[in-house]
Amino acid sequence: MSKILTGIGASAGIAIAKAFRLEEPNLHVDKKEVADKEAEVQRFEAAISQSTTELQKIRDHAKEELGADKADIFEAHLLVLSDPELLTPVKEKITQEGANAEFAMKETADMFVTMFESMDNEYMRERAADIRDVTKRVIANLLDVEIPNPSMIAEEVIIVAEDLTPSDTAQLNRQFVKGFTTNIGGRTSHSAIMARSMEIPAVVGTKTAMAEIENGTLVILDGKDGKVLVNPEPAVVKDYEEKKAAHEAYKAELAKFVDVPTVSADGRQVELAANIGTPEDVNGVLENGGEGIGLYRTEFLYMGRDQLPTEEEQFTAYKTVLERMEGKPVVVRTLDIGGDKELPYLDLPKEMNPFLGFRAIRLCLEMQDMFRTQLRALLRASTFGNLKVMFPMIATLEEFRQAKAMLLEEKTKLEQEGTAVSDAIEVGMMVEIPSSAVMADVFAKEVDFFSIGTNDLIQYTMAADRMNERVSYLYQPYNPAILRLIKMVIDAAHKEGKWAGMCGEMAGSEVAIPILLGLGLDEFSMSASSILPARSAILHLSQKEISEFNEQILRMDTAEEVEAFVRNKFLKK
Amino acid sequence: MMEKTFTIIDKAGIHARPASVLVQAASKFSSEINLEYKEKTVNLKSILGIMSLGIPSGAEIKISTSGEDENEAMQTVTDVLEKEGLAK
Repeated sequence: MSKILTGIGASAGIAIAKAFRLEEPNLHVDKKEVADKEAEVQRFEAAISQSTTELQKIRDHAKEELGADKADIFEAHLLVLSDPELLTPVKEKITQEGANAEFAMKETADMFVTMFESMDNEYMRERAADIRDVTKRVIANLLDVEIPNPSMIAEEVIIVAEDLTPSDTAQLNRQFVKGFTTNIGGRTSHSAIMARSMEIPAVVGTKTAMAEIENGTLVILDGKDGKVLVNPEPAVVKDYEEKKAAHEAYKAELAKFVDVPTVSADGRQVELAANIGTPEDVNGVLENGGEGIGLYRTEFLYMGRDQLPTEEEQFTAYKTVLERMEGKPVVVRTLDIGGDKELPYLDLPKEMNPFLGFRAIRLCLEMQDMFRTQLRALLRASTFGNLKVMFPMIATLEEFRQAKAMLLEEKTKLEQEGTAVSDAIEVGMMVEIPSSAVMADVFAKEVDFFSIGTNDLIQYTMAADRMNERVSYLYQPYNPAILRLIKMVIDAAHKEGKWAGMCGEMAGSEVAIPILLGLGLDEFSMSASSILPARSAILHLSQKEISEFNEQILRMDTAEEVEAFVRNKFLKK
Repeated sequence: MMEKTFTIIDKAGIHARPASVLVQAASKFSSEINLEYKEKTVNLKSILGIMSLGIPSGAEIKISTSGEDENEAMQTVTDVLEKEGLAK
């Protein structure tokens, strides 16, 4: 039976492949009495050796795909499998109590898990998850249940999951994972953003994908319309193969604009830049004709590991990006952790309102050692390209001054040590807190540039948690309240001879582009895959013509009215 | 039997990666190798044992080796602790 599920189209494109369910297997263990204790010990040893082989494969794969530091954790997992403190009690339970191997393993594992979970150190508590992870594999092998492993996928698949965490997505093999669909999430959830940066189609928030899709079922993903077709009829498959070909032809058509400068029909030139998370993402930026990097999210350097990255590791990453961009602007955002992005090894207390709490620049100004290490790495890399440093979550002028002072202090120190640092580094800030948008005229005197982070600016202005689906209707980029704030920021920058950019999702959206062009935005930074459609749109728009409607748009009543007006006036071919 | 005291200098204490290197090094020897911290003693060939102590930066630990190759074992463990920037 074929079925159609609807969700939120998080990343455009069409994928046709078999489903691969990423789920927690059922590892229920019953206690049994075994007669042949010798044989049971042997069965346990066989499961340990099978698990070891599997883990070695995963480790080698991780080493190749993600680098040695990401593989280290599997080295520790392997040691757990040969740990006498773990193996001996299991064997004793089998030989002395006649327990079945699964049960003996589970009881011993639970003992260690409880011990680690009760430690007063967040990092050690996190290790409980490692023990659970390793012993789960042994129990699964004893029960003969398969554990899905996204990094080992070796055929074309569409991933089906409840949700994907950033570390899940980091493990996906781009060669074989053609798309994904999840039960939960929205357009701005991490999985959606990752899908766009990987340039694979994704439909999130389907609510029922896990219930409706079995492993191996043929699935069609339509990432533009947010549809998931389960077990489609052959005629439908043919239909979508044609659509897929058409989408690819459209992409080929857009490819003609890769080396074309972004100049509007009336001669206004703007910069189309890309948002990236890792040095590898630069490939996509160059392929899509990015004129710069408008947002380098450095937090990915800090995530998925068990300690802070060293100055040297950071220096290498920043240098690579700057060199590969060959003198084009690269805006690096300093560490933006907290909110929905946690770093277990920092051992930060849980907060009631993480998005309003101790995060980003607030955390960096207090954890100065960590912050200064990042600043030094950036300063050292500055001579390899066109670096611009941007501080996130600035609410007050004092925060900006403090952060900038630390940057200058580290610069002086480096120069005294004889290290070359560029003198042309621009220092700017993200505008994502309404207070800084309202005070933009004051900030503009001290910053070199603004970059508007719309996801957070909208969330804070509308007081609507962007992770909460029930208030997602309040995520309104075209609400005149948001547009007025954006205009204040752009005007304030221009008055002081500075530039204003935007690095939120909004900068790449079809309806926002004409509005932002009209308001005079200088730089648009978006997912690499949005650059060419944006460029082809801007080439046909007239900045002067649109700007005549600025006042009218800002005085409209609702977001719907704005959207309908823009579509009708500027997007009709 | 040999004994030696160290102070942990790694900011994160003994975390997973250096603990792995330590266990791998210790496991090459036939001697019994123990780590003592706050009156608790664990087998240095057991990663769970070491991790279960949750040894923080600044902690004093005592390593003891006993057996045929106790000299070499102590030398190797000392080298690893220093090379990994874990202790002095």
